[in-house]
Amino acid sequence: MGAGHAHALYVHEHSPVHRLAPEVKLAAAFAFVLAVAVTPREAMWAFAIDATALAVVLRLARLPVGFVLARLAVILPFIAFAFLIPFVGSGDRVDVLGVSVSQPGLWGAWNVIAKATLGATVSILLAATTEIPSILRGMARLRVPETLTAIATFMVRYLELIAGDLRRMRTAMTARGYDPRWLWQARPIATSAGALFIRSYERGERVHAAMLSRGYTGTMPSLDRRAATIREWLVAGTVPGVAVATAVAAFLAPA
Amino acid sequence: MHAPDGFLNAGTAVATGAVSVGTIGVALRRTREQLRDKQVPLAGISAAFIFAAQMFNFPVAAGTTGHLLGGALAAILLGPATGTLVVTVVVIVQALAFADGGLTALGYNVLNMAVITSFGGYAIFLLARRVLPSNATGVIVATGVAAGLSVVLAAMAFSIEWLFGATAPVPFDTVFGAMVGVHLLIGIGEAIISAMAVGAVLAARPDLIYGVRDLDRASLAERPAVGMRGFLIGGVLVALLFAVVVSQFAAPDPDGLERVATDAGFIESAQDHALGSSIFADYATAGVANETLSLAIAGAAGVAITLAVGTGLFFAVRDRRREPGRDRDHAAV
Repeated sequence: MGAGHAHALYVHEHSPVHRLAPEVKLAAAFAFVLAVAVTPREAMWAFAIDATALAVVLRLARLPVGFVLARLAVILPFIAFAFLIPFVGSGDRVDVLGVSVSQPGLWGAWNVIAKATLGATVSILLAATTEIPSILRGMARLRVPETLTAIATFMVRYLELIAGDLRRMRTAMTARGYDPRWLWQARPIATSAGALFIRSYERGERVHAAMLSRGYTGTMPSLDRRAATIREWLVAGTVPGVAVATAVAAFLAPA
Repeated sequence: MHAPDGFLNAGTAVATGAVSVGTIGVALRRTREQLRDKQVPLAGISAAFIFAAQMFNFPVAAGTTGHLLGGALAAILLGPATGTLVVTVVVIVQALAFADGGLTALGYNVLNMAVITSFGGYAIFLLARRVLPSNATGVIVATGVAAGLSVVLAAMAFSIEWLFGATAPVPFDTVFGAMVGVHLLIGIGEAIISAMAVGAVLAARPDLIYGVRDLDRASLAERPAVGMRGFLIGGVLVALLFAVVVSQFAAPDPDGLERVATDAGFIESAQDHALGSSIFADYATAGVANETLSLAIAGAAGVAITLAVGTGLFFAVRDRRREPGRDRDHAAV
């Protein structure tokens, strides 16, 4: 709770990856994931190269392996779906361990698992090495419309507060013996959602009035004007560069 | 619904991305006057509310919980344009800062979870408002219908995207059936929680709700609260409607499991289902020649039977909980 600007996924470290300007990291992450997404799935070696490149960056960022693996659990439902594909898929059948499965289905499953895992690892890398305010600053520097980044800034700033409000309401209800098990017992939860909305909205009005009285003109002043250097772009560009080169090679190479 | 990278092909990701960016552009333009001046902090805090609302676990059955998606709720409270922006921000921050949903999947994730639930949900809300009375009850029921169907719409959108951008040879019918079926159930929870949340805001600060700006306080005040019975009846009607409509999409193809069975060669060994000769076998009614009507009847009957079984279970559980002996025990203490 006393972690200040940190958030659930951020890992406090002093690594070259942490120090990189946020807009560079965002652009590199998008470029890498895009290159992975268009890589033909038959080129298994290409994904091995991408994974190796990513592993090097993870190592540079000094992220614990266990941490990354635990966070990868987000994509488990989709991985589970991927495991079903070979069984429900159509097309030629092959025997795997005595069970007949669809061959295109196997490729489909491999495709989802490989790309989703690599993509999620990139997202985890980004979130673990970049604080949320930096991510938002990076978005603004990448020309994301200011209204969106401003909304996101306020959202992030008040998220913990409102989530805390929510927790306190839950605690209060539990303390009064509320222990719902069925949907038709959910009314107190729904009405407290309504109450939370009113509280949040009224807080927003007060915050806005307070900001106006302190000279808010509709844009937030930025204290950090350091833009990314050419060197940073070049260094960070190597990783998506590898992925793009791999994707191109995979397209050109005979299957 | 936070799909990861590589779930749909690159073309679909780019196309849905373009649609999402276009819609967000329109939403930004529509909200410009409103937001530039005054409401950016308000929109931000509302986004935090929607984010928190997604942590709102509500009970579903036997202690399992679901959580709110909030797209339709945001649109009804804040208006479709602001609502879309707010939910878009939530989805983007979830992808960038919480690694929830892939970066290249942002195009379809934003489209399904923000654009379609907000604009689609609000459109349904307006349609429902037309046929419902212009008072608080009408607004609450319209919210429920809109919130429930917005989830189903999002599931349909995902299935249609799968039709164009499938990365695996799973037929559209299978994906559509599974997605819409699961999300019909999720939608019921979404409907009930959203409707009662709007009801609570309506009771305290109706002026905050964008979707009821056309109503004055007098017409809002003229209602008693809708009881749980009203919701349940409404929910059953919606479920029936959907079963009748959705059943038309159900192709005569065997479902996934049946196909596995056929291909693995054990379907011959499987006994015909005990109800195989019942009039609803294979979701078509024997003796009704018209296929459309037959599927519709089968779908409606399916809902009725599910409902009967569910209600029966509920009463079985409830009766045991309220045994007279229990009260006596309490009295003894």
